[in-house]
Amino acid sequence: MTELAAVRREQLKPPVVDIGVIGWLHKNLFNTWYNSILTVCMVVVLGLLLPPLFKWAFVDSVWYSSAEACHDIDGACWSVIPHNIRFIIFGFFPEGQEWRPALAMFLLLALVVYSRKRSRWQSSLGCLWAVSLTVMGVLMYGGIFGMPVVETSQWSGLPLTLMLSFFGMVAAYPLGIMLAIGRRSRLPAIKSLCIVYIEMIRGVPLISLLFMSSIMFPLFLPEGISINKVLRAQVAIILFTAAYIAEVVRGGLQAMPRGQYEAAESLGLTYNQTLRLIILPQALKIVIPPTVGILLSAFKDTSLVVIIALYDVLKTTKVTLSNPKWTGCSTEAYIFLALLYFVFCYAMSSYSRRLEKELDTSY
Amino acid sequence: MNEREVETGVVKSGDPIIEIHGMHKWYGDFHVLSDINLEVQPREKIVICGPSGSGKSTLIRCINRLEEHQRGQIIVNGTELTNDIKNIEKVRAEVGMVFQHFNLFPHLTILENLTLGPIWVRKKSKKEAEATAMMYLEKVDIAEQAKKFPGQLSGGQQQRVAIARSLCMYPEVMLFDEPTSALDPEMIKEVLDVMIGLAEEGMTMLVVTHEMGFAKSVADRVMFMDDGEIVEQNRPDLFFDNPQHERTKLFLSQIL
Repeated sequence: MTELAAVRREQLKPPVVDIGVIGWLHKNLFNTWYNSILTVCMVVVLGLLLPPLFKWAFVDSVWYSSAEACHDIDGACWSVIPHNIRFIIFGFFPEGQEWRPALAMFLLLALVVYSRKRSRWQSSLGCLWAVSLTVMGVLMYGGIFGMPVVETSQWSGLPLTLMLSFFGMVAAYPLGIMLAIGRRSRLPAIKSLCIVYIEMIRGVPLISLLFMSSIMFPLFLPEGISINKVLRAQVAIILFTAAYIAEVVRGGLQAMPRGQYEAAESLGLTYNQTLRLIILPQALKIVIPPTVGILLSAFKDTSLVVIIALYDVLKTTKVTLSNPKWTGCSTEAYIFLALLYFVFCYAMSSYSRRLEKELDTSY
Repeated sequence: MNEREVETGVVKSGDPIIEIHGMHKWYGDFHVLSDINLEVQPREKIVICGPSGSGKSTLIRCINRLEEHQRGQIIVNGTELTNDIKNIEKVRAEVGMVFQHFNLFPHLTILENLTLGPIWVRKKSKKEAEATAMMYLEKVDIAEQAKKFPGQLSGGQQQRVAIARSLCMYPEVMLFDEPTSALDPEMIKEVLDVMIGLAEEGMTMLVVTHEMGFAKSVADRVMFMDDGEIVEQNRPDLFFDNPQHERTKLFLSQIL
């Protein structure tokens, strides 16, 4: 009886109109009359827009011409990128020394990529990071092994952008977590300190923080003592991002049911162990999507350092375009820059989605 | 447990493992527990029943300081519960607790749920902790699920894991806070069977439950609470056949 039923069920296939290309089209593009109209409109709009865009970018365009040749064509003048790539990427880093920031960036990215697997998160990886960061610092600053010293005022372009955002994120994340925990503390002094900090930082724009760090802060220092400008910008970015992280993490902490605390405490775990082993791993996982949102905007916000005269990759591009030879090519240069930012942002967001999936324990 | 006093049904023997003297607790102005006096002998099994809001859960949660009492004394295995956090952690490690909603750690595997306490609180090696954990998982008949996550188990299985998690700490006393009330009917038995097995091995148990069958067959003493007071306590046969107080009679007539 049951065997028969099983056989009969196996023979029943879904109706043909529901599967295959036609089924997909019907379900996704033409399932109602208004969706059909939308589909047709979109096809028309794309049909009008895409061919000219394609023609501009790929057919009428030039890739390696001189600046003068660009004036005579209708298409994109991509030549602006190869002609100026050295300055866009490395900015004022001394000529002939470009291999040093290039190697440092490569080391950083390679390590980030290597660290993506959770099974590799061990103390040996921590040592590897410590060593590599030192090597990167030596590469950038020089002064030994026959490498001439390059002052931080000459650090610019992509290395500067990557450095400000990498350290900004890496330092702001734990600081934000501590602020979030502090804000939930039972000790009134710690709690109010954290609230004041978070609300004050969130109440001002990043630009004003950068201004303060670069113009006002030195006024308070005793004569003769000065703190590096890049470092000051870096600290401002960290402090700013941490306040936002803190509020997101606090949301995650509040989402944790009381039963988790009680179960951990009734095993005899201390408060710190409860936080570290039970609460934070779950709370941080819940808030991965908004955290990544904040990290992405922190990454892009590093371009604001131009207002304190640091030359990040956006500013070096602008400088390139201020050369009269290339002024007409701003669209092309900015498209290139947009792609550059997009690659990093997309890598981060797709990694976060993978991490979420890995950490999913079907609860 | 040598002699039993028939009048009160209280087991009298050597030193009690839990002593509560004149204990009061308030939530704000609300008097949840009023003048609680209780002595629990080692190996004794006590079932606490009563209408909802009578303070029975709060009482056992005071015993491992998940709730704070404001007056009176609670002494667990020779340690008095005060604000001293070291004492509280010591008592919690000796007292196992099973919750209504299991409260397993969803981000850890079943095995990791069981080894967490032994490794971090008892400072056992990972290997030793895992051996103990597997032994108790065998005991609650769930060893084949060790590598799974709590979310992949049924409610009854999760509750059995929760019991095993407490047992891995080698507790002196086990507290059960309505362990079967969140379960589907067909899963209640598998959890009760584990608890009966535990009782037979001589574990000291305080159980808040509405399972009167369990109370009749396992308990040494049944306690009825209402309105934050212990109204009546007796041996189960006497408690069910011959309740002394009107409130007890009313309660029993409603649930039996």
